[in-house]
Amino acid sequence: MSFIRHPEFRRGFNETVAPSLGIAAWGLVTGVAMVKSGLSLPVAVLMTMLVYAGSAQLAALPLIVAGAPLWVLWATAFCVNLRFVIYSAHWRRYFGHLPRAQRLLLGYCAVDLSYVLFARRFPHAVPHPEQLPYFWGSAAWNWLSWQGASLLGIVLADRVPTEWGLGFAGVLALLGITYSLLSDKKTWVAAGVAAFVAVAAFALPLKLNIVAAIAAGVAIGLLLDRAFRDPAAGRA
Amino acid sequence: MPVWYTTIGIVGLAVVTVLTRGFFLLSDREVELPPWAVQGLRYAPIAALVAVIAPEIVLTNGALLATWADARIYAVLVATAYFWWRRGILGTILSGTAVLLALKIGLGW
Repeated sequence: MSFIRHPEFRRGFNETVAPSLGIAAWGLVTGVAMVKSGLSLPVAVLMTMLVYAGSAQLAALPLIVAGAPLWVLWATAFCVNLRFVIYSAHWRRYFGHLPRAQRLLLGYCAVDLSYVLFARRFPHAVPHPEQLPYFWGSAAWNWLSWQGASLLGIVLADRVPTEWGLGFAGVLALLGITYSLLSDKKTWVAAGVAAFVAVAAFALPLKLNIVAAIAAGVAIGLLLDRAFRDPAAGRA
Repeated sequence: MPVWYTTIGIVGLAVVTVLTRGFFLLSDREVELPPWAVQGLRYAPIAALVAVIAPEIVLTNGALLATWADARIYAVLVATAYFWWRRGILGTILSGTAVLLALKIGLGW
């Protein structure tokens, strides 16, 4: 655990604190939703502690309440989580050299926020000693704030005013990070295309619109890279 | 909901979390991606972000915004203005959320 004293641990931690406020609002809302949908207190706590994936949990809730077959429950969560499969291909470039147990623990903790902050901090996907401490600094705070807020939501389920739409703070947090990632024109176009596809394909089941949008954004980015080569593109 | 059903279901969901987030981290053998895929991953974070948030901003129950009396519009505008003014994430969240709550609680939007 020596990397806790590494300056990059602190940096990862610090860069996660502000956006985690929005993530915590999301966690709070998820905690409330688990109890309101009928899960008992211990089951809701077990779910947040083990599953640690908000969108999959929300998709799973109505299925659990309806007593859906387990394979349907798991297949649904798998599809909702498909974006993480794409992230994991990226993580492999950075952390493929680590032992498997460590890779999987890392993957388990690699939520959306940690992924985008990490990719912003280390745009070049080659291993570097600063990456592991940064990752854990970010992942640790994300875990604490999400779980803390989620537990709070579970305990205070009846007293949190859900009609205020507090979960939108999570959207605003990710919006700010999106802006901070918009570096060049190609990124703007890729983001615009991905946003359009995510909205246009919203009717797809299982949040597959997100996977379609990532595929479209990546594809348009690659096309633009090929059409307008700039000196920096070779290193990306 | 029998306890065994929810418990097994939840443990399975945790396995799904590990399997999806660790999908390409699972194998000990070298994972070879074609060069275009490696280059394309550069756009994955931004694409994933806007894919998650865009529908949350412009859709209501799957339909495009049909009214200006929606607190989200003004929350996003103010948050956006704040970001490009000061570049701070904290202020972006707080300013947008303040507008959201003011309109929701004050005007009932």
